[in-house]
Amino acid sequence: MTPELMEEGAKRLEAYALKRASAATASGGREAAYGRPTRWGEADFSHGVALYLDDITVSFDGFKALNALTLTVNVGELRCIIGPNGAGKTTMMDCITGKTRPDSGKAFFGSTIDLLRLTEPEIAQAGIGRKFQKPTVYEELSVFENLELALAADRRVRASLFSRLTGTQLDRIGEVLQTIHLLPEAQRTAGLLSHGQKQWLEIGMLLMQDPKLLLLDEPVAGMTDEETERTAELFLSLEGKHSLVVVEHDMKFVDQLTEGRKKVTVLHEGSVLAEGLLADVQNNDKVVEVYLGR
Amino acid sequence: MKTPDLPMSVVLEQKRGLLLGPKGWSAVLAAVLVIAVLVPVLNLVVPDGHALHLSDYAVTLTGKIICYAICALAMDLIWGYTGILSLGHGLFFALGGYGMGMYLMRQIGTDGNYKSELPDFMVFLNWQALPWHWALSDLFIAQALLIVLVPGALAFVFGWFAFRSRIKGVYFSIITTAMTFAAMLLFFRNETGFGGNNGFTDFKRILGVPIATGQMRVLLFVISGLVLVAFYLMARAIVNSKYGRVLQAIRDAETRVMFTGYSPLAYKLSIWTLSAVMCAVAGALYVPQVGIINPSEMSPAASIEIAIWTAVGGRATLIGPIVGAFFVNGAKSWFTVAFPEFWLYFLGALFIAVTLFLPNGIIGLLRRPGGIAGLFRRATEKRT
Amino acid sequence: MNFRVAPLLLAWLLCLFVPAHALTPEEAGKIAAGDSDERITALNAAVTAGDPALVPFVRALLDDEVKTAGGKAYIVKDGKAVEAATGAAATLPADAEDVVNNNRMRRELDAAVAALGLVSTDRAARAKAIADLKDQADEGKLPLIEKAEKAETDAVLKAQLALLRAAVLISSDDAAKRIAAAKALSGSSEPATRSLLLERLNAESDPAVKAAIQAALDSVQSQLAWGEKLGVLFTGASLGSILLLVALGLAITYGLMGVINMAHGELMMIGAYATYVVQNLFKAHLPGAFDWYIVVAIPVAFFTSALVGAVLERSVIRWLYGRPLETLLATWGISLVLMQAVRTMFGAQNVGVENPSWMSGGVQVLPNLVLPYNRIAILVFAALVLIGMALLISRTRLGLFVRGVTQNRRMASCVGVNTARVDMYAFSLGAGIAGLAGCALSQVGNVGPDLGQGYIVDSFMVVVLGGVGQLAGTVYAALGLGILNKLLEGWAGAVLAKIMVLVFIVVFIQKRPQGLFAVKGRSAEA
Repeated sequence: MTPELMEEGAKRLEAYALKRASAATASGGREAAYGRPTRWGEADFSHGVALYLDDITVSFDGFKALNALTLTVNVGELRCIIGPNGAGKTTMMDCITGKTRPDSGKAFFGSTIDLLRLTEPEIAQAGIGRKFQKPTVYEELSVFENLELALAADRRVRASLFSRLTGTQLDRIGEVLQTIHLLPEAQRTAGLLSHGQKQWLEIGMLLMQDPKLLLLDEPVAGMTDEETERTAELFLSLEGKHSLVVVEHDMKFVDQLTEGRKKVTVLHEGSVLAEGLLADVQNNDKVVEVYLGR
Repeated sequence: MKTPDLPMSVVLEQKRGLLLGPKGWSAVLAAVLVIAVLVPVLNLVVPDGHALHLSDYAVTLTGKIICYAICALAMDLIWGYTGILSLGHGLFFALGGYGMGMYLMRQIGTDGNYKSELPDFMVFLNWQALPWHWALSDLFIAQALLIVLVPGALAFVFGWFAFRSRIKGVYFSIITTAMTFAAMLLFFRNETGFGGNNGFTDFKRILGVPIATGQMRVLLFVISGLVLVAFYLMARAIVNSKYGRVLQAIRDAETRVMFTGYSPLAYKLSIWTLSAVMCAVAGALYVPQVGIINPSEMSPAASIEIAIWTAVGGRATLIGPIVGAFFVNGAKSWFTVAFPEFWLYFLGALFIAVTLFLPNGIIGLLRRPGGIAGLFRRATEKRT
Repeated sequence: MNFRVAPLLLAWLLCLFVPAHALTPEEAGKIAAGDSDERITALNAAVTAGDPALVPFVRALLDDEVKTAGGKAYIVKDGKAVEAATGAAATLPADAEDVVNNNRMRRELDAAVAALGLVSTDRAARAKAIADLKDQADEGKLPLIEKAEKAETDAVLKAQLALLRAAVLISSDDAAKRIAAAKALSGSSEPATRSLLLERLNAESDPAVKAAIQAALDSVQSQLAWGEKLGVLFTGASLGSILLLVALGLAITYGLMGVINMAHGELMMIGAYATYVVQNLFKAHLPGAFDWYIVVAIPVAFFTSALVGAVLERSVIRWLYGRPLETLLATWGISLVLMQAVRTMFGAQNVGVENPSWMSGGVQVLPNLVLPYNRIAILVFAALVLIGMALLISRTRLGLFVRGVTQNRRMASCVGVNTARVDMYAFSLGAGIAGLAGCALSQVGNVGPDLGQGYIVDSFMVVVLGGVGQLAGTVYAALGLGILNKLLEGWAGAVLAKIMVLVFIVVFIQKRPQGLFAVKGRSAEA
């Protein structure tokens, strides 16, 4: 070992460190392919894909609800899905969340989590949250208790028996209550809320879960214009940190969400009919014929 | 964004560590005093013939009803709070009763009709030795463990398979009926080694102490009463915790619970097993007081009655089922003495009236605004 | 036994070469007097000879109307004496003694009468004689049997005689004869033959003969097995048809309407009691037409139960649609009320319902298989009810309304269907079918206030197993459970069989919660 050799070694080390630091890109750079530990049960977003559906087919008694559906949603994206009734939008959500098993195809959350092998609670714990078309909240419990149950915390029996809400958790509930504009109704029984308020409560429960992917099935059905705008604001604020898939019929709402620069997917008879910017899709002949009308 | 302040009431409720308010605790204390002090005094100390004397019959009857009330409480936990209607809980009650009965039969020793080490019915069947499942029956501790473990294990296995297959609602109730019916048929056979259709009776001693004395009767009564109070407090603690709220969530919207990440299987299975064990303990306390156990305790009719006590009292209130058990069984005692042919009419009418007019039971009636007239109005509203 | 064989062989040879000859007074005398062995030998010889005059003589012997004197036998009737052999009138000698027959003698005399029947000219008499002789064939009768067999012209009777001969020969001294007999017997399909062969197998020492008997036993066993299998199948189908009738009504109320009716058993009981009342009316007012009371009872049972069902639906059940657990409890209460009401009206004991005469008895299909007429009638009845109901639901307007209302009540009401009335009709239909089931049950079982309780668990099991919403499922489930129950019964006894069937259903439902035939589809609440 001579001083020159030591010098060379130090320079090489420095160059290597520099290269490592500079090569880090959104998907992890060259290093992303090697030696990166993935934790079991946690979604791996290093390849930039949040949800990957490939060739999903579901048939009920001969009727094909989904027909070789292929769809990819990127991390942090807000994707809107539109289409006529019976196109398979809700069935697609059922397949993603584990309620229905497809006859064939693949569904992945991140790069590593195979959705077709998990049960509904496991999928929810992996970080997918779903909002139903019809608001499903716990009617007999209060708004506060509804949110408390949705809190991202240990879901096991023993934990539930002996848990107490910490200050941080109380604060978080308060924060969400504020966001969904239900702070004055915190103690009211959920069954007594109006339809729009129940929708908001359900969205609030989804926020409490802190999911990485939100599936929203007609979130503004039955809401007033003002409420619809607030909902659009909320979703736009979530975008980036979370990935969202929104199924909607309300074109104005979709327009607010897509802001002219995000992709919209059109489903028809169980498969993707068209995909692209809202303006392009609205001018697509097939889509017009099938769904939008002239 | 500044974290907003939650309403004070919400914060307070979360901070509260006590189970019941001051009124609740004083009621519990009063109940304990009545059970442990007043009743023994009125029965044992106050002489016969005195206006305030509590007869032996009344003590035994009340002790019996207390055991039924424990079953109703257990039913409320699974039906009122979790939405699982079991029509087979009589099976666990009877299994606990049989467990205690086995011990009491061994305690008869050689004082039976045949003056043999073996229980009378075994001598009658010409059996030479105790069957394997009677091996531990002369040790109280062992038998007490069996009283808890056997129904618990059965409930666990049954619940595991049923809840895992997502069997719900009416289907579940029907298969619990089938389960208890099959067990009843099994226990009616002499070969099963549980006394056949006569069951166990003619008990003499418990833990070496004679069982037919006044003191033992009162002691059993006091133990049953205290167990009821303890179970009530335990149930209240469970229901007030987050676990209890998850149970109610499962009752109201099980799909939402699943999609929030809770596994309903673990919650349902745990509360189901707990309620089965509660019923078994009630059965074990019931048998020394009543002096007999036979397979008709396992009949589907007995289990359906537990459901009606809970419904009459008021589901999801914990105190309601206890009230309901006392009301219905009190009425039964009165009717079977005064107008025996009308008891079944009354019971049947009770079933119908409670489901049509009193969905929230007696307690609901007491808490409802509008009174009785409101009831009729609501019940006859057109349903589409 | 050798001293016996010689005279027998002689008799046998004689009967081959000597045609039937008349009974001589000496022979008659030998039969009447002397020690039992000699008398029996003489009797057998005379039987082999086959004189028709023997018959009244033997009968007279059995009736203790024979006196013997000086080696001759006289039949004494009403104080008049007749010579036994010739039938000519005679005067009774003073020293005539009564002929005493011990039990063994009597048996032989009975057998002789039967054996003589073998050569009678009347076919029916011959068939009867063969049947009578089955139990009492012994070597003494062998010559007669062989003679009869040779003379027999009817093929069926000839085969029976061959079997009879084999049954006698199986106990013969000659091993070769025994083997031949065993082979001959292997073609039989009578349960009696099986017991005979089993007996013989135990007593047999010669290994060759033993093997032959075992082979014959296996062959008989396999032929009987057919009878046994069919027997189990039939009882299973019969039980299945009863379960089907019971569960059909429930399939309508639960499967179509979603109403859990715990009072279904009591509706059946009402139908059974209606049958009882009709029976009593016929007994009191139309005894001549008693056999046809069942024809009147069927519609009466149907309409009584349907009426009760309509009342229940209007008063209690219609407030509880969509709340299955509450309906369960309310209908349980109704069942208690109905049971107590019937107890008050008719008493708590079972009441007797008789089968009409054309439903009593059965048809013998195989030697070990008798199919009772009442069970066959119920099978046919169940099939007719099933077809009728299927046609009603699928082809009539009422059926269309019922299907529409149960699938989408709001929509049906919007297009003008009177949903309340259709509900009532549908429930009454289910109740009426329960009444029919009760009528059928009254013919095969006891009728009492708790008739329904015994079937309620079974009927729910059938509906749950078969799957809700489809009649086909109920049919398959009912028949399957009936047959399964009977199969297990043969193996483990009735109680264990029932327990096993219940456990099987519980496990099956957990594996396949929607039942055998599920209505598949996209439902929000699975």
